[in-house]
Amino acid sequence: MTQLIKDFTNGLWNENPIFRAVIGICSALAVTTAGQNGIAMGLALTFVLTCSSILVSLLRSIIPPKVRIPCYIIVIATFTTMVDLFMKAYFPPLYQVMGIFIPLIVVNCIVLWRAEGFASKASLARSIADALGMGLGYAWAITLISIVREVLGSGTLFGINVMGQATHWVIMLLPPGAFLVMGILVGIMNMIARKSVKNTHCH
Amino acid sequence: MLKELFFIIIGSVLVNNFVFSRFLGNCPFLGVSSKTETAVGMGMATTFVLTMTAVAAYFIQNFILVPFGLAPFLQIVSFILVIASLVQLVEMVVLKISPALYNAFGIYLPLITTNCIVLAVALLIPQKNYNLIESTIFGVGAGLGFTLALILMSGIREDLEFSDVPDALKGPAIVFITAGLLAMIFLGFAGLVPL
Repeated sequence: MTQLIKDFTNGLWNENPIFRAVIGICSALAVTTAGQNGIAMGLALTFVLTCSSILVSLLRSIIPPKVRIPCYIIVIATFTTMVDLFMKAYFPPLYQVMGIFIPLIVVNCIVLWRAEGFASKASLARSIADALGMGLGYAWAITLISIVREVLGSGTLFGINVMGQATHWVIMLLPPGAFLVMGILVGIMNMIARKSVKNTHCH
Repeated sequence: MLKELFFIIIGSVLVNNFVFSRFLGNCPFLGVSSKTETAVGMGMATTFVLTMTAVAAYFIQNFILVPFGLAPFLQIVSFILVIASLVQLVEMVVLKISPALYNAFGIYLPLITTNCIVLAVALLIPQKNYNLIESTIFGVGAGLGFTLALILMSGIREDLEFSDVPDALKGPAIVFITAGLLAMIFLGFAGLVPL
């Protein structure tokens, strides 16, 4: 049980895909112009990641090692197609904003990284814990980026005005803002991580 | 006709640069942009694969997926499978024909399958209703845009190694901030061609 908790929390902070490992960042930069986009993208990726980790973990003794990557990609592509069609049918406005980045979950490095690096070697329960942790770690990271960009760029938080009459920094909604916010947040996370390492040394 | 092709190539290299304004291919952009030499190799290999993918995507979409009514639900799976096998094929052909070329960019080829630019170009071609020539040019333009971004970034990063960066920003953080400034420069190209 402690192992499962460890696997779950690993993705939330220690190996957080966005802030610590810095992979799968294309979607984290592209769709994060408003808070709800971040949440939706995070949940979509968590779904694909969890389902494909379950399937890869169950099939790990059947898939021949030589063709494992194509097999993983087909598994991931199947679940991505499901999310893509689901979002197109039930959330058309959100789907319009996310555009091509929903189908691009297939080539999101995080999913293949966990399938190849974890689910293909671990038991079902551990793979689920790991996938959920990684997925939610991705989700909170990109929601944070979206909130920062939305508050600075359009003065709202989930559509509610929070900045009063203050000037909006439109640049935050444009591509350069995404890179700048991302860089500064990664820097802050590095600082926090370094501090917590120092503290554990003192004890 | 020629004018439209010119617009497509300028549009995908400068105005809507795939890295700086469409946010595609950021993982390899961060991963291999630390040296100019590797940046050029990766850029050439990606351009090569992108051009072939654009042609393949056009034929699959118009001669297989649409006539058989499979486009809505088999598009992602078939495109990614074709890209994966195409990359494998290119790798084998290059190894057979020119070992020198293989040494130059062979090691980057397997990484290209999971570069999101490739799948994005394949998915954008049906969306934009490009014909065969336009698709090919679009693929070339995407590759050149990616190469340009990689080379610019690698040049800056080589100098960055000798500069005094705050501790917390070392590594990917400073690269993002630099990319943000580059993206701001690329905003200046907006409106260069009608899109």
